[in-house]
Amino acid sequence: MKDIVKFVQGNEACVEGALYAGLDFFAGYPITPSTEIAEHLAFRLPKSGGKFIQMEDEIASMCAIIGASLTGRKVMTATSGPGFSLMQEALGYAIMTEIPCVIVNVQRGGPSTGIPTHVSQGDVNQARWGTHGDHSIVALTASNNQDVFAMTVEAFNISETYRTPVVLLFDEVVGHMRERLVLPQKGEIPIVERLRTSVKAGVDYHPYLPREDGRLPMSDFGGVHRYNVTGLYHDMWGFPSEDPGVVHGLIRHLVDKIENRTSQLARFKDFYTEDAEFLLISYGSAARSARHIVERRHRRGEKFGLLELMTLWPFPYDLVKQKAAGARYIVVVEMNTGQICQSVRLAVDRPERVFLANRIDGVLINPTDIQRMLHVIGGKGV
Amino acid sequence: MALKNYIRERFFPHFWCAGCGHGIVMNGLVRAIEKLRLSKNDVVMVSGIGCSSRITGYLDFHTMHTLHGRALAFATGIKLSRQELKVIVPMGDGDALAIGGNHFIHAARRNIDITAIVMNNRIYAMTGGQYSPLSGYGTMASTAPYSNIDQSFDVVELAAAAGATFVARSTTYNVIEMAEMIQNAILHKGFSVVEIMTQCPTYFGRRNKLGDAVDMLKYMNTTTTTIGSECIDEDQELIEIDSEAKKEQQKIKRGIFIRKERPEYCAAYDEIIRRAKEGK
Repeated sequence: MKDIVKFVQGNEACVEGALYAGLDFFAGYPITPSTEIAEHLAFRLPKSGGKFIQMEDEIASMCAIIGASLTGRKVMTATSGPGFSLMQEALGYAIMTEIPCVIVNVQRGGPSTGIPTHVSQGDVNQARWGTHGDHSIVALTASNNQDVFAMTVEAFNISETYRTPVVLLFDEVVGHMRERLVLPQKGEIPIVERLRTSVKAGVDYHPYLPREDGRLPMSDFGGVHRYNVTGLYHDMWGFPSEDPGVVHGLIRHLVDKIENRTSQLARFKDFYTEDAEFLLISYGSAARSARHIVERRHRRGEKFGLLELMTLWPFPYDLVKQKAAGARYIVVVEMNTGQICQSVRLAVDRPERVFLANRIDGVLINPTDIQRMLHVIGGKGV
Repeated sequence: MALKNYIRERFFPHFWCAGCGHGIVMNGLVRAIEKLRLSKNDVVMVSGIGCSSRITGYLDFHTMHTLHGRALAFATGIKLSRQELKVIVPMGDGDALAIGGNHFIHAARRNIDITAIVMNNRIYAMTGGQYSPLSGYGTMASTAPYSNIDQSFDVVELAAAAGATFVARSTTYNVIEMAEMIQNAILHKGFSVVEIMTQCPTYFGRRNKLGDAVDMLKYMNTTTTTIGSECIDEDQELIEIDSEAKKEQQKIKRGIFIRKERPEYCAAYDEIIRRAKEGK
């Protein structure tokens, strides 16, 4: 079959990825720079019988997708900083109740209304710790349309496999930039379908009793099994419990099911990292500039490598430690005040080798900006 | 089916205070569902946070206990996803109209086929008796120790103005009437609201010196009247000469205030799907 090639924005690549993964319910609220995702889905979803609803705010959008997911649908919402802030409480509910859902945050500059039409990567730590209480979360990112598509599919697959919300942290440049997208054929990328219980009608079903492999089969809400769902600590039937054993067991389960799989969940690309003296670590649109530098220096025979992270949370500490082991200098390229840089410092031996090359002015960090930082590190002055 | 088949007996006795009206609401709700002969598997009940919202745990339907104020937003996702289900949302007054006020008016505006039950005890009881948007001017609460200066909403007027196509009000004193209203609300195709005035002797009653639960129930009986006696409302002359009629006119009205047809949201979206598939 002939490949379907499109020339689209990153936000459209995300829509294509979501539909490929089986998205059939979207709720959202308009916000720059993510709005195109809602617009395209309003057009596309009903064509295949899916549902689109524009809610009264981001809080309601997040709640609506959780409700729809529980009834058996694959769901997503899309937003940016201020809306992502509003979604945090319900995001915690999805974590606690283990309801699969995908949340796209096309990042813009914050705090507050910030700089809505310009790029930033300032929500990285919010994605990790935005909702209250101990928890764990999966957050993925991408630097180009093909990867936006792939990571969106990945987000749905991880969400279904581990019954957890997954955050897609794109940014304004990736979301709005137009470039080539080759749509994979059906079946080319594996799709994880919802794991439904084999327990028959009339037989006691435990919504929160894990199988031997740790997975929890679901039963579509409104179907043959009646059960309770609550944001309170709950037992295997889904009923509230204050028993210390139950509380401890549940929080450990929620954190461990993700943190214990950090290596499995680590998605990344590496370029010439084997013997790199200068290791650049970057992600999202910033990684495009980092890659430009690395390719140029590599052609000159200099030992430059790039580790492009696509899984930001859980942070792949072991991977970063291993890739950085032989490097003299590690330069983290990102558009915030060092949110991933912080984690990189925790990951590597001798954190004094870690430098930050950043921009926080709403402008895409370009190769010249990184070059200047490399001059400083190399002792060549500003 | 016997009424007790609708409850999760192992969680009883319930956690509500002695004299609380929420159990009476639960009774009315279950009687309504029993009268309608709904299968337990056809009913989804979504609640928020508060004393009222614990009702879901006691009932043997598909039950979801969600976030403070957001029950209608969760319910909207469920209903739009599976419109064959009967979706019922019991809420407290603070839950429905303070933190959840936005979701309440927008669910009404969309006319999505959900039944919202506002269990109005005029107080935030679970947190210990703070004033709610329905406490009313001049009432006492733990956060209004000198008297409350917040005006209250009229749930019926608010729901009607927001576009709800079925709006009713009853009290825990009038339990038969209340069950009938809930029954009608569930049958109604569109967004239905039933406000049920209920007593909180522990906080609202105590703070406002309204006596015990029985006194409060009696008070609800003497301060409300059905809208059946509408001739009294209109006949000003009669009111002028008859002080009893005047008293009657000033009472809080009970009854079904709005019952009308407007396109229901899920059905309207089906039409969108049809048009999208035809490419129009």
